[in-house]
Amino acid sequence: MVVNWLAVNLLQINRPVSVLWTLAGVYGLLLIATAIVFGLARCHPETDYRELQDRTRSWWIMVTLFSLALFLNYTVSLLFFGFLSFLALKEYLSLIPTRSADRRVLLWAYLAILLQYLWIYIGWYGMFLIFIPIYMFLFLPMRMVLIGETEGFLNAIGTLHWGLMLTVYAISHLSYLLLLSPVGGSVAGGTGLLVFLVLLTEVNDIAQYVFGKVLGRHKVIPKVSPGKTVEGLLGGLVVTTGLAIALAPWLTPLSLLHATCLGLLLGLAGFIGDVTISALKRDLGIKDSGTLLPGHGGILDRIDSLTYTAPLFFHFTVYFYYRGQWL
Amino acid sequence: MNRVLKVGFLLITRLMVLLLIGLCIHHKDRLPTTGPAIIVANHNSHLDTLVLMSLFPLSIAHHLRPVANEHYFLQQNRWLAWVSRQVLDIIPVACETREGDRQEDSFTHRTFLQTCAEALAHNQILILYPEGTRGQPEQLSQFRSGIAHLARRHPDVPIIPIFLQGLGKALPKGESLLVPFLCGIHIGEPVYWQGQKQAFLNQLSDRIRALSTEQLLPA
Repeated sequence: MVVNWLAVNLLQINRPVSVLWTLAGVYGLLLIATAIVFGLARCHPETDYRELQDRTRSWWIMVTLFSLALFLNYTVSLLFFGFLSFLALKEYLSLIPTRSADRRVLLWAYLAILLQYLWIYIGWYGMFLIFIPIYMFLFLPMRMVLIGETEGFLNAIGTLHWGLMLTVYAISHLSYLLLLSPVGGSVAGGTGLLVFLVLLTEVNDIAQYVFGKVLGRHKVIPKVSPGKTVEGLLGGLVVTTGLAIALAPWLTPLSLLHATCLGLLLGLAGFIGDVTISALKRDLGIKDSGTLLPGHGGILDRIDSLTYTAPLFFHFTVYFYYRGQWL
Repeated sequence: MNRVLKVGFLLITRLMVLLLIGLCIHHKDRLPTTGPAIIVANHNSHLDTLVLMSLFPLSIAHHLRPVANEHYFLQQNRWLAWVSRQVLDIIPVACETREGDRQEDSFTHRTFLQTCAEALAHNQILILYPEGTRGQPEQLSQFRSGIAHLARRHPDVPIIPIFLQGLGKALPKGESLLVPFLCGIHIGEPVYWQGQKQAFLNQLSDRIRALSTEQLLPA
């Protein structure tokens, strides 16, 4: 009885097989990467591989948390993404200068996370789309004006709403993907789309980093992020597009043309998301946004690419495959 | 019973601190693993003590002794007094000096130092705020001399300076609503008594001020 209930309600065993295999593949790659990194560290004790080792260790934790969030039930997935938004917004608000007069306004911004994910939970598509860009956009400045502090008003409301859009609105698109039902020839449905998006975005990050390290010569935007090179960007685009074409029939209803376009779009958008957060940090004069993930910096450093890829991927897919449907 | 209460309380505190606030700890290795020791920090928020206590492993939960204002924690509210005595296990200190009552003053002062000496003899870890009261966020005010008297009596006990950042934003003095902000904890090298009161106090506040410049988070 209990086992049965657990299997049906808590562990959604009926997740599509293709998603299971994809995650198994990710764990396989992680295993190989771990073997290489720790092997290198053993063979070359004179070189410092600690950052790479920290990164690998953090990847294990992140992949495991993400898998658990997907395979425990839908409510758990939503709580996971909601908590991710909370951590990201908290980090953002701790990094930027805020006015002590705005404490209550900030609390409303935190409350917006709860509401945004509530709309997703009850499947209210229209509200999910406009809640932060319209209602919070109108409400937060009003609340600020009621407090009455006008010095630094524009700065305070501008930075707050930008952060809310980035950490809550953009990220919440990840969890709305889970509500999409299977269409076309695909059986993987929303879970497949989500895994596809997150996997491509992260692989793009890694590919850009690796190609940049190995081949990097020409800087793309040295003023914002001196580590980013043309070679890294192109390498990332090639790998991401290739992987998109290879995985699309497996996880998504995307046609070959759409998969190619999406690969290029995700590669480019991921890059832009990355340098946007770099610009923020450069403006504030900090290197990493936190110390939560050893080797990766903070949460913002990890989700920077997703803030751009998630909404773009969501609307691309909805436009071509769910047009005119009640979501 | 007391220890169970303390461990349970610390467990809940630690969970809340992790979920709602989040810590960025700098130099965690400088934290003492056993008593006797004295933790000295800047004071901006009621969260300070809870956060400092949550830094230590649960196994030495019962060794932590926050030094707290007797009037505020023990004489205002029955429940607060019970929690302060039974769970937090505070060492009360009288902060207000009543005019013209020098004799009683020095008497309470001696009892306080006596209680601290007993605690340190039992390998306990004192948590103390030399500013005396919660001030403006991240602004260090004048240190009181109590810590110097304590240090003079215990020259072998390490005094660990800690700078707490962000808690004054999360829950400042006079506010009851907690707004989540990340908290930076900067732990310094231990300081020992070196023979001269004012020089010692200056050294201690300079240490904490120096820690405040190695920022994990911008102010």
